[in-house]
Amino acid sequence: MTQLLSVSNLRVGFGRKPEDNEIVHGVSFDLAAGETLAIVGESGSGKSVTALSVNRLVDFGGGRILDGSIQFTRENGSTLDLAAAGEQELTKIRGGEIGMIFQEPMTSLNPVLTIGEQIEESFRLHRGLTGKQAREAAKDALDRVRIPDAARRLKYCPHQLSGGMLQRVMIATALSCNPRLLIADEPTTALDVTVQAQIMALLAELKRETGMGMIFITHDIGLVAGIADKVMVMQNGEAVEQGPLDAVLDAPQHPYTKHLLSAVPHFEAGRATRTDYRRADAPSAAPALKVEGLTVRFPVTGGLLRRQTGAVHAVDGVDFDLMPGETLGIVGESGSGKSTTARAILGLVEPTRGTFSANTNGAARQSGKPVQMVFQNPYASLNPRLRVDSILAEPVMAAGGELNGETHARMRMLLDRVGLPENALQRYPHEFSGGQRQRLCIARALMLNPSVVVLDEAVSALDVSVQAKVLELLVDLQREFGLAYLFVSHDMAVVERIAHRIAVVYAGQIVEIGDAASVLSDPKHAYTKRLISAVPSVDRRKETFEVDTRQVPSLVRPLGFEPEPANWQSFGPDHMARAEA
Amino acid sequence: MNYLARRLMTFPLVMLGVSVLVFVSIRLVPGDAITAMLGTEAGLLTPDQRAALEAYFGIDQGWFTQYWRWLAGAVQGDLGVSVTFGKPVLDVILERFPLTLELALLSMVIALAIGLPAGIFAATRNEKPSDLAVRIFAMIGQSTPNFVFALLAIYVLSVGFGVLPAMGEFTPFLENPLRNLGQMILPALTLGFAFAAAVTRISRSAMLDILSDDYIRTARAKGVPARKVIWRHALPNALIPVVTLSGVEFGYLLGGTVIVEQIFALPGLGRMVLDAILQRDYALVQGSVLFIALNFMIVNLLVDLAYAMLDPRIRLGAK
Repeated sequence: MTQLLSVSNLRVGFGRKPEDNEIVHGVSFDLAAGETLAIVGESGSGKSVTALSVNRLVDFGGGRILDGSIQFTRENGSTLDLAAAGEQELTKIRGGEIGMIFQEPMTSLNPVLTIGEQIEESFRLHRGLTGKQAREAAKDALDRVRIPDAARRLKYCPHQLSGGMLQRVMIATALSCNPRLLIADEPTTALDVTVQAQIMALLAELKRETGMGMIFITHDIGLVAGIADKVMVMQNGEAVEQGPLDAVLDAPQHPYTKHLLSAVPHFEAGRATRTDYRRADAPSAAPALKVEGLTVRFPVTGGLLRRQTGAVHAVDGVDFDLMPGETLGIVGESGSGKSTTARAILGLVEPTRGTFSANTNGAARQSGKPVQMVFQNPYASLNPRLRVDSILAEPVMAAGGELNGETHARMRMLLDRVGLPENALQRYPHEFSGGQRQRLCIARALMLNPSVVVLDEAVSALDVSVQAKVLELLVDLQREFGLAYLFVSHDMAVVERIAHRIAVVYAGQIVEIGDAASVLSDPKHAYTKRLISAVPSVDRRKETFEVDTRQVPSLVRPLGFEPEPANWQSFGPDHMARAEA
Repeated sequence: MNYLARRLMTFPLVMLGVSVLVFVSIRLVPGDAITAMLGTEAGLLTPDQRAALEAYFGIDQGWFTQYWRWLAGAVQGDLGVSVTFGKPVLDVILERFPLTLELALLSMVIALAIGLPAGIFAATRNEKPSDLAVRIFAMIGQSTPNFVFALLAIYVLSVGFGVLPAMGEFTPFLENPLRNLGQMILPALTLGFAFAAAVTRISRSAMLDILSDDYIRTARAKGVPARKVIWRHALPNALIPVVTLSGVEFGYLLGGTVIVEQIFALPGLGRMVLDAILQRDYALVQGSVLFIALNFMIVNLLVDLAYAMLDPRIRLGAK
């Protein structure tokens, strides 16, 4: 194989005095044509900076290459040191010979230009095409990433397409001029798991077709297994380990690689579920939460007088119950209605129909607020102007309680239980890390001694190794206080670690529910199967997915529409799936 | 289209609210039209004469009747007769309006022509000396009261260099464009300077925000040259706050600018409204405030239409 890229001793710094603020400390790697290198690391490891140095986009973010060389073999066979190249040369190489795709497809396309204009631009810049030719080329590029009805989509603006579609547009743009190297910076992190599988399949297919080299950056070591030839693990700006895929995954040498492979939850298809509670063995106590026929519809209006013309059936007839000490994991993709379900149970959204009752038994549970919540973003869900003691006091005051010695004793006890020092009470949220903030949110949720805690993507915003620790804490607290958890998440690996039972939500309805081990190991509904087969895993090495372009059906229904009643099929003592039409 | 119709439906409601407000507030000011008009001689009026004058101007009735009569007329385009000018209010306003409109347009053109490029320039040289120079200049422009600038401009240009006729009878644009522009350029610069400073600051900060957005990085990754990144990818996105600011400023300018009109002896709306208030010319105050409010609403509507033109998310309705 011919050498494509050779990076040696790359050092990158940021700010006014880049020498004093070095982010990447002497990284070296090689890449041959047609090869894929995965760079793995947590946020702040310098993986993105390393990749952005290759096409020198790092310059625009305030970075400067301090030392090292980036030898790139150009189309005509000559070699160029990108670390020393001038801006004029670089604009020709960017997009022409090195393509790049980014993490957030929703924000990475210009909102005021049409899809077509943005793809055409590459052809105009690097191929000198104009007018009709450019348009034809853009259409072909969209066809290549399997976007149906490409000619019409060219006239769409970014906000009219879903995240998965936009990422395909990004890929089409990046590949438009047949670059010899593609840099993919966490291209699927912002996407749903089934969409992620589609994008990964597409990338693998395009790589085979074009023979380009690829640098794939990710924090998810499970994703690496499916696509990479070589892996480089980064920590604190240094490459701590690199080598062929199998060697790194099967026989990791560096402790940090071992930690990434062991401490981070990986999906194991039902083999890693909890065994500390089983519905069948539990005494038949009263459920902590019972939900029957929960339905949430949002009106759709139109016309001059804003008459209601239909409704979005966000949640459509959801039933489940939740026992004390039990975790129900609600999984589904964005827009499936899982968060709306959680919000309705908290009373944040008015349900259109249906009942739910929470158990308020127990002497300490007389606050009348038996359901509490922990939100996804610990940075946004704590008021930055309140001290921790005020933050913890708020639920008590909101429930009409008094601040007394007992409340303060409870604050101190809970802080201790979530693993924060007692002097945290006098501090402000910004003094804590993301993981610590989420611990604060958990302590706040427990102030009123609830029987049910709703955790809406509660660990999704945390770095992978912090995630594992917060999950452990949640399990400990559940055992100690007999809490029932409603754990909403899109991340199957996390749900597998914490849920006793799992409900799979699709298009506003539960399609499968039951014991976690049996749902994950033996899914019955077609959607559950699709969802589970899309989860990346260290074991699924070089597995090729079929590119699947199915879209979630529209949830907008005409006025008066009622879904057909569910027809449930039973597959064991605690495992049911909706019969498919 | 629907949107436009809905917006237009709110116009009469706003106008009604404004009319009540101005009608009541002008009457809460002590004094009356007859005293204001005749001065000390008003004391010589016999009660009968005063009553006759009050009946002539229609101010002998109760507030409610006065309002109702005025409103009924206003709906048909009759805003009443100005006491001070002895002419229909609408004629008086329309006589003054072209000057005010021209002044506002000229100031906005000057402001955008200076402010937009300056702001973009500063944003692309963030924290460099040239950026600092632009920012200091903009700060001075915003904090200098416009009469200071006006007096300086008159002094330097007319007295010092002997160019541009600063004073003299006002000439409408259509009569003699050159002479008109000669008269308008100094007031327009005076107003445009402060306006330009505001435009500079807002376009600089909007541009800086946009330049750190993800899609700008995408454009650079595609190999779009630096100039095109600014003009094609960043500017259309940065224009929204600039349009908002320009709309508000333009709306204010359409209401007339008392100080600048006074300094340059221009018969614009601002001085007319001030005189009307001092003279307790109720009909003229009411009519002109209503007129200014209507202008403001039209400008706001144009601003919203400009948003839709700039941003397809607004045009096509975001998800």
